[in-house]
Amino acid sequence: MPESLAAFFAMGGYGGYIWPCYLLGAVLMVAVLALSLKAARDRENELEILQGNRQDRARRRAALAETASQGEVPQ
Amino acid sequence: MHRFANPARFLRIAAVIYPWLAGISTLCLAAGLWFALFASPADYQQGETVRLMYIHVPAAWMGMSCYTAMAVFSAMALIWKHPLADLLGRATAPVGAAFTLLCLVSGALWGKPMWGAWWVWDARLTSMLILFFLYLGYMALSNAFDDPTRGHRAAAILALVGFVNVPVIKWSVDWWNTLHQPASVMKKGGPAIDPSMLVPLLLMAAGFQTYYFIVLILRARAEIAGAKIRTIRMAQVHAAGQGE
Repeated sequence: MPESLAAFFAMGGYGGYIWPCYLLGAVLMVAVLALSLKAARDRENELEILQGNRQDRARRRAALAETASQGEVPQ
Repeated sequence: MHRFANPARFLRIAAVIYPWLAGISTLCLAAGLWFALFASPADYQQGETVRLMYIHVPAAWMGMSCYTAMAVFSAMALIWKHPLADLLGRATAPVGAAFTLLCLVSGALWGKPMWGAWWVWDARLTSMLILFFLYLGYMALSNAFDDPTRGHRAAAILALVGFVNVPVIKWSVDWWNTLHQPASVMKKGGPAIDPSMLVPLLLMAAGFQTYYFIVLILRARAEIAGAKIRTIRMAQVHAAGQGE
């Protein structure tokens, strides 16, 4: 039904006012959501990497201390 | 209240309610759009332009309620020095600014066919524009200092001082003669609006509100992770300084 579809988009002659409004609403909401989602993911990934590094380093240090103390044990 | 003010607990609760919020928001917005665009009648005076109301009015409500939330969070941050309140205030600002902008633009798009002007400098429109600038000022100020806590405090004070604008917006249509119509939903004696139009209006409002909570959770998560990253970096710098 192309005619009624055209009538729907025309919105009684006010389509030029109504559709930009809905479009802007959609664009703003999607943009804010996408930016917020990206910020949360990026920061949480970065934190995970940092904490991973810290744990790795702690583990390495512990392992090093262990071998060092083993080395000191007289044979 | 303080039981919920712990970031770790906040993250746990947020993780539980997040999928529910996403579902409710999607449903409300989908149903709201269906009613707003297809299943509601044209107004007897304003014709099809009444469909602008389903964006314009909920966006205006969000602009004002987000600012109120921001002012309350700012007060809590200033009085109790609570980091979570401070962070929630900052997480609210972009959503409030976006909805205020949407309200202003949709209002202009409604004003042109109905009033014959995109913009008039009347009390309601001007105070809403000031609200938008307050949001921008708040966001700019909170990032304007090298020491983030100083910026956050300055922004919180701006949010509190600017709150005087919110009641001005609400009652501007009663206090002054304006082109803008007075309240038809939130007024004494119940809403003066037909249920066929009230349903899409409230659905869109519920969709916007839950959308705000979703973005609030996401931005709070980013801020909490960011604060932890800063702490680890500081500890690293400190450790490196001691190692030398």
